[in-house]
Amino acid sequence: MTIIIDRTRDRAAKTGPVSVAEKQREKNRPKGLYKARVPIYPKLVHGRWRWIKWALLIVMLAIYYITPWIRWDRPGALPDQAVLVDFDGGRFYFFMIQLWPQEVYFITGLLVLAALALFLVTALFGRLWCGYACPQTVWTDLYIYIERMFEGDRNARMRLDAAPMSFNKLWRKTGKHAVWIGAAFGTGGAWIFYFHDAPDLIRTFWVGTAPMTAYVSCAILTFTTYVFAGHMREQVCTYMCPWPRIQGAMLDDQSFQVTYRYDRGEPRGPHKKAETWEGRGDCIDCNQCVVVCPMGIDIRDGAQLECINCGLCIDACNEVMDKVGRPRGLIAYDTDAAVAARNCGQKPKHRLIRARTLYYGIALAVVGGLMIWGFSTRKTLDVHALRDRNPASVRLHDGAVRNGYTLKIANHGFEAATIEIRYAGIPGATLRSPGRPASDPLSLRVDPNRVTPVRVFVTAPADQVQEGSQPATFEIRSGDEVQTVRTAFDYGETR
Amino acid sequence: MSEPERDDHSGVETTGHEWDGIRELDNPLPRWWLWVFYGSIVVAVVYWILMPAWPGLKGYTPGVLRQSDRADVAEQLQALQVQRGRGETMLATASLQQIEADPDLQAHALSVGQSVFGDNCATCHGAGGGGARGYPNLRDDVWLWGGSLEEIEHTLRVGVRSAHPETRTSQMPAFGRDGMLNAAQVSDLTEYVVRLSGRPADAAAVGRAQQLYADNCAACHTPTGVGDRLLGAPDLTDREWLYGSDRNSIRGQIHNGRNGVMPTWEGRFSPGVIKALAVYVHVNAGGGEASGAAAAAP
Repeated sequence: MTIIIDRTRDRAAKTGPVSVAEKQREKNRPKGLYKARVPIYPKLVHGRWRWIKWALLIVMLAIYYITPWIRWDRPGALPDQAVLVDFDGGRFYFFMIQLWPQEVYFITGLLVLAALALFLVTALFGRLWCGYACPQTVWTDLYIYIERMFEGDRNARMRLDAAPMSFNKLWRKTGKHAVWIGAAFGTGGAWIFYFHDAPDLIRTFWVGTAPMTAYVSCAILTFTTYVFAGHMREQVCTYMCPWPRIQGAMLDDQSFQVTYRYDRGEPRGPHKKAETWEGRGDCIDCNQCVVVCPMGIDIRDGAQLECINCGLCIDACNEVMDKVGRPRGLIAYDTDAAVAARNCGQKPKHRLIRARTLYYGIALAVVGGLMIWGFSTRKTLDVHALRDRNPASVRLHDGAVRNGYTLKIANHGFEAATIEIRYAGIPGATLRSPGRPASDPLSLRVDPNRVTPVRVFVTAPADQVQEGSQPATFEIRSGDEVQTVRTAFDYGETR
Repeated sequence: MSEPERDDHSGVETTGHEWDGIRELDNPLPRWWLWVFYGSIVVAVVYWILMPAWPGLKGYTPGVLRQSDRADVAEQLQALQVQRGRGETMLATASLQQIEADPDLQAHALSVGQSVFGDNCATCHGAGGGGARGYPNLRDDVWLWGGSLEEIEHTLRVGVRSAHPETRTSQMPAFGRDGMLNAAQVSDLTEYVVRLSGRPADAAAVGRAQQLYADNCAACHTPTGVGDRLLGAPDLTDREWLYGSDRNSIRGQIHNGRNGVMPTWEGRFSPGVIKALAVYVHVNAGGGEASGAAAAAP
């Protein structure tokens, strides 16, 4: 059973332990329209999941900071930055891939792919994204680490906040905020390198000649990082992020989530060393799972909106279980169905392959296949024929009819291409491009990495003039690649 | 001063104002509102110092930043000149043929030409250059004064019946209106011209007009009627007619002898822009005519 707890409604009065945050919420509830944030003081915990989180934090921050500095040799005056969103040049570079603005559907596909991957992972293993990979989680973790350096662990921080202002409190708070702002500036400062040549920008940024957008983006990112990771933290997840709301539709009773195994834990209660474990649960109500929680919730209330599935309560509980000599895993990644089965004395079964995961998997494969197909059949040359509309056709002195076209030839490659253009479908028609030697087929050179507009004119001889508008095609040959572009020939009014 | 009145319900003092029995509570302003108000005052003072603000007898206080929209515009125009300078220099130094043959220069000339054409030429010749009755079609291969790059540029420069001292001029007399020919003669000539363009005509009239044509028209339109570009005399044997192809139109033109006007663009545009315009017109006429074609055409 998945319980999504909606904090916007009053709950029925409940007995038993509730989290500190929940007690605070109840205390604050009737007062005023807006409520103050309840401070959360997550305690440092050690264990497998904490270790994984540290490792991922380092890896992901490293990727974020190092990526813009990777060089990638491209011909000519093209930027040599491996990953670059070049707004000035209208290009997106990603190592060997180069995307033009009109190919934005590849970005759309990538986002769809990411969304489907998120759905699949959530259906299988719960909110792994929220707990480990989300920037909000990663930066909040980093900020709490900084906070801990200056103010100590949970209890020390609570004491410090309660204490009156003193020199000790002042320098600790000042130091913390200074380093926070520094980290925020580092975040915003690294972001702008994705949009300009990094080695060039890092110089111009400090001498004040960088583009205004760089300063503004850096300032905005600095501000949001400082506010989101330093001050708002779990509120971003609970109030601003849509994902916790959507997750209810992804999860079912077979999804692995951070779960309190109530079948083993209840009835809970304090336990003295000599006492027996017979007739009671393993939960000793030590509250360690609550004090380490960065979201300020009690996992023993069941799955809930706020829970980001970071697994820190698992580490905390395992530590306690080791101490009291009970097996680990009172809180663990488990499914609701498995817990319910154990509660009824049955053997739990885990089903990874379910209708839901199949749908997501198939959708993921289809979109992934489309993306691969799109990339593999991507043409180096992209040709569009724009027929002149004013005038649509021109009658010459001898009664011949001429139509004008502008061919927009986009060469996505890095090398100049020589192409041949033929016109087909209109009897006796001749093709000419002003300023270029007349030849059949028309042969011309198109520069790399840009759109070359070419004016071409097609003349149908007087003795073969037909009625109205007739379909015609341009055939563009570049090496072995042949493309056909459909268009029309307008014979105009016959007189 | 009287004792302030208090509202029974809220216990807040009132302002003492009353409208139709409704009294106004004297609640304090929200703090944030006051801050915004004081903040605005500070911003205003800062603005006076930084920006042009106070009028004086001889001008105004320029402000520390010396901001001036006029100077900004001048600067932007200057930057635009510099930016265009490269293209302009290339247009001015390259020959017309070079401009047309070089893909980049041609593209530049086309974009310059298009905007200049749209602003100045489209009024008469149409946005696409397709012309109208009395205004030549610039997209076809029929040219009064020649369709090579040089000839187009020359026409652009000097105009037709314009104020330019070297203007191109042709003169179609108003044969009927000025009494040089009577109505019957004009009608006969009309039949002759219809015949010239290869259409069926009244043979008797054509015969009568033979001598009339030789006496009055052949000097400019040539004995065979193919016209003469040096004189700006149109070809009467093709299917294109500036003032209409039907008999009434032809008769009207012989009777009234309309002569169109095109202004000179020299002095109005730089030589580079005129070149760009010439290339634009030439390219959009399907590559127009090669140089020297004028002499060979008739």
